[in-house]
Amino acid sequence: MSKNLRVKKGKFIDETSRVSFKFNRKKFYGFKGDTLASALLANNVHLVGRSFKYHRPRGIMTAGSEEPNAIVQLHNDSSRTDANVRATEVEIYEGLEATSQNCWPSVNFDIGGINNFFSPLLPAGFYYKTFMWPASFWEKYEYFIRKSAGLGKSPTRPDPDIYEHRYIHCDVLVIGAGISGIMAAKTAAKSGFKTLLVDEKPNLGGSTIYQDTNLFKINNQNSGSWLEKEINEIKKLKNLEIKTRTSVAAFHGYNFLLARESLIDHLPIEQRKNKTRQRLLKIRAKKVITATGSIERPLIFDNNDRPGILLSSAIKKYADFFGVACGEKNILLTNNDSAYETAISLIQKGINIEAIIDNRESIDSKLIYEVEKNNIKIFKGFTVVNTSGYKKINGVSIMELSKDGQKVIGSKINLSCDCLGISGGWTPAVHLFTQSGGKLQFRDEDQVFIPKTYPSDQISVGSCNGDLELDKIILNISKSLKEFLNIKKTDYENIEVLSSMNKSKRNIWLLPSDKIIGKTKPFIDYQNDATAKDIKLALREGFRSIEHVKRYTTTGMGTDQGKLGNMHALGIISETSGTKMGELGTTTFRPPYTPLTFGTIVGRNVGEYFDIFRKTPLHDWHTNNNAEFENVGQWKRAWYYPKKDENMHQAVQRESKAARESAGILDASTLGKIDIQGTDASEFLNRVYTNAWSKLAIGKCRYGLMLNEDGMVYDDGVTTRLGENHYIMTTTTGGAANVMGKLEDYLQTEWPELDVYLTSVTDHYATISVCGPNSKKIISKVIPNLDLTDENFPHMSFKNSNIEKVKCRVMRISFTGEHSYEINVQANYGKSVWEKCMEAGRDFNITPYGTETMHLLRAEKGFIIVGQDTDATMTPIDLQMDWIVSKKKYDFIGKRSLYRSDTIKDDRKQLVGLLTDNPNEVLEEGAQIIADINKSPVEMLGHVTSSYYSPNLNKSIALGVVRGGKNMMGQKLIIPMEKKNINVTVSDPVFLDKENKRLND
Amino acid sequence: MFLINCPFCGEREQSEFKAGGEAHIVRPKQPTELSDDEWAEYLFMRKNIKGIQFERWNHIHGCRKWFNIVRDTSNDEIKAVYKMGKKPPLV
Repeated sequence: MSKNLRVKKGKFIDETSRVSFKFNRKKFYGFKGDTLASALLANNVHLVGRSFKYHRPRGIMTAGSEEPNAIVQLHNDSSRTDANVRATEVEIYEGLEATSQNCWPSVNFDIGGINNFFSPLLPAGFYYKTFMWPASFWEKYEYFIRKSAGLGKSPTRPDPDIYEHRYIHCDVLVIGAGISGIMAAKTAAKSGFKTLLVDEKPNLGGSTIYQDTNLFKINNQNSGSWLEKEINEIKKLKNLEIKTRTSVAAFHGYNFLLARESLIDHLPIEQRKNKTRQRLLKIRAKKVITATGSIERPLIFDNNDRPGILLSSAIKKYADFFGVACGEKNILLTNNDSAYETAISLIQKGINIEAIIDNRESIDSKLIYEVEKNNIKIFKGFTVVNTSGYKKINGVSIMELSKDGQKVIGSKINLSCDCLGISGGWTPAVHLFTQSGGKLQFRDEDQVFIPKTYPSDQISVGSCNGDLELDKIILNISKSLKEFLNIKKTDYENIEVLSSMNKSKRNIWLLPSDKIIGKTKPFIDYQNDATAKDIKLALREGFRSIEHVKRYTTTGMGTDQGKLGNMHALGIISETSGTKMGELGTTTFRPPYTPLTFGTIVGRNVGEYFDIFRKTPLHDWHTNNNAEFENVGQWKRAWYYPKKDENMHQAVQRESKAARESAGILDASTLGKIDIQGTDASEFLNRVYTNAWSKLAIGKCRYGLMLNEDGMVYDDGVTTRLGENHYIMTTTTGGAANVMGKLEDYLQTEWPELDVYLTSVTDHYATISVCGPNSKKIISKVIPNLDLTDENFPHMSFKNSNIEKVKCRVMRISFTGEHSYEINVQANYGKSVWEKCMEAGRDFNITPYGTETMHLLRAEKGFIIVGQDTDATMTPIDLQMDWIVSKKKYDFIGKRSLYRSDTIKDDRKQLVGLLTDNPNEVLEEGAQIIADINKSPVEMLGHVTSSYYSPNLNKSIALGVVRGGKNMMGQKLIIPMEKKNINVTVSDPVFLDKENKRLND
Repeated sequence: MFLINCPFCGEREQSEFKAGGEAHIVRPKQPTELSDDEWAEYLFMRKNIKGIQFERWNHIHGCRKWFNIVRDTSNDEIKAVYKMGKKPPLV
């Protein structure tokens, strides 16, 4: 375990700066520049996690963001802990703490590992098949399923880090800073385009940067050295911005992309203070060049998932880039030339190679000759049929492949090893391209999907475009860039390239075995434990669509979205079902490409910045007077004002009694206010309200009901005629913005001929409502020069006046049924006017009341609240408000719908009053209403919409909607509750002062 | 997220706009003359095309003006933008 597997100096590791970190609570050392994965491998730690379903030991498999196995939990504290982080992407820093996931009690001894032996009982679709019956057992199953579901732990305390969002606009965005991305960025920037180059890794240069052999040369230099010079050059370019540690998460239409930029994740915790952790970049690019490279394919054979089995390209990167040997007895298994590149790197670093197993027969390849020179045994035409070793691979069994590749022949040869590199060729990383809506085509010769048609101004270059060899990349890029950027020349016109790679490949999606498939475990999706066996079972059970097979077997549904195995799943389906690869299609790659933290997604919109809220001009007064607030739309409204020891019920009862017995005062500033002017203003109101407006005199107010075109109640409020061509409309608090939008819509699109102008003035005024039998006395003290006699200022009328020097509009309107006044003043005078009213009302026990009391008082009067007593299925007729629907008007919004066959039915739900037999019993709002308890199934007639205990009537009152309720006056109904049935009687919805005497007293 | 070229403000992000459904459905001048079926046709029936669709949009977080666009719903390409009351362009 404590073996050191560092080899000759890695050029990219700072060996002078030693870093200590903890993995599974044990201390290890690495160097600055290491990833968690490279540092663990240097310490000979391969086993890092357990698989999801069978809890099989799993090791590091890759060296990049495609990693399926090595996902760890970072940080131990409850606020920062971060789940499902890929060890291959974590840069180590002093004090880093990481632990394995999905294992208990430890990664070395995991009780769930027993699932591995039960695996014949856990086939694809196991959960669907097993937990179907009996249905009543679901609650018991659920407990266990939930326990075994999910990876990692969530933080339990708020995230202390800072996140932010940033918009970026650029001419050209280049995604990926490998050799193709570097050349593209340089060309774009030098041609005068404002260019942004991003890469998910901390360094530039992709996999070419550590290519250091004379078998791959550009202009007579080793390709790595050539690229290094290019990188040094582009760093000097003025109109090129370079962002590393920046992963593009999503590529949407119209070249809109989201990227996550990590700023401090590589720093020790104590250096992170007050710095932004991650940024979500919202990039709008005129042109996009995708240069995301390609991902090496694994090979699919029995037990291909043991720790110590890595992608061959990953072994190369660990040796070349990090100076780490993944094993001391390495074997490589390949079907193409790439593994020989790895072999050459290992030879250069003095790392032992036991053997190379090549699926192909003899191939004429410079790379192979170079390896053979070093006396390395190559088994040509062979394959691995099985591996051994539980927590780490210790051997492979190999056999010869038949000519057609369908079988293995001859006898088994066992070879011992401590590391197996596998190479199944390369898959272009087309994920972002397809997210943008791009269509793929299948290239038969090497079995890859490559971009076909672009939905926006973008191209793919390099290996993500199917140019998998150095010479092809260089050859094609200049031409593509010239065409795409519409430029005359690039720096890459006459470049000499030497690539020693032979293109031949022997692609076998599922390598044959000497055992029947049912006895093998050839893993395709390592993270979700989906095997080739599961895919074949799904096909036998009748699944055909790739999307269905995916969901049934969960292939590609892990946090890695099957970056490694998806192609094999497709290949096996294609072979088994006899459908051509190109015709099968692919599954959909969805954003994000790699997981995003929630912090990055929400940015600064946390805590009080989560959503906008609006305060009235009187907000501070309410706060100072102990108000509790409720959210109404975006508004904070005073809900009730509890006095010492009062609970909500007691406060509301006191406020309600005071308002009816003497005087109450309410902040009504949140009501929507729309200023309407123009010569056609009256005609406009006629069209939008159900009642008639032409004859409303100047200085008068009228209540109006607004419908949707379908006849359903949309909003209500009082509108006042201020002048010949001037009205002020009030709307409900929550409906204000929508009403404004709807009115504008009709004016602009249906009735552009009307001369009407609308202005939202909700925030311009503070609205103070004073009600109760003593309201008149109070207002006369506040506005002494206003004549309040009924003759001069009757109910439903309005006066312009002033309070000292402050102009005000006073309306005598009432939502409580009491004699009341509403004073509108410019918002910034609101508080002083409110305080004047309080002062003037002191002798009358003027009582501030909140929205809860307002609701209670209006319910006593049977006034509806749109949105509480209505739900977009109620017509005015359903509400028993026939009186407000004009019979004379030719048309208004929604009129025609009021006599559709459905709206004239007698048995629609209609608004009624409900009185409980026991006057102290208060109904629950939302409770169901039924007539016959014995009927089965029970027939639901409606529900309770508003319910209160009325202190003024000394009994419980409620409003509700009941099927055919209008004709049920006096009838007994039942409200069935969990523990009892409550008997109610249908009544008139107006409970108090039906004659409206109080309004004029 | 697409970009919409508001005929009054110029090119802006989709998030500034509100979609308003199918365009060129004129509110009947004499609703009372219509049968239930005719009224229902106006009120409820909307096309949902994969391909070229004429749509109403509102620059709700901008100039608040309504206008029409022609959009290919299969790839969100906007073929034309034109003011209310103008004849739909040929596409």
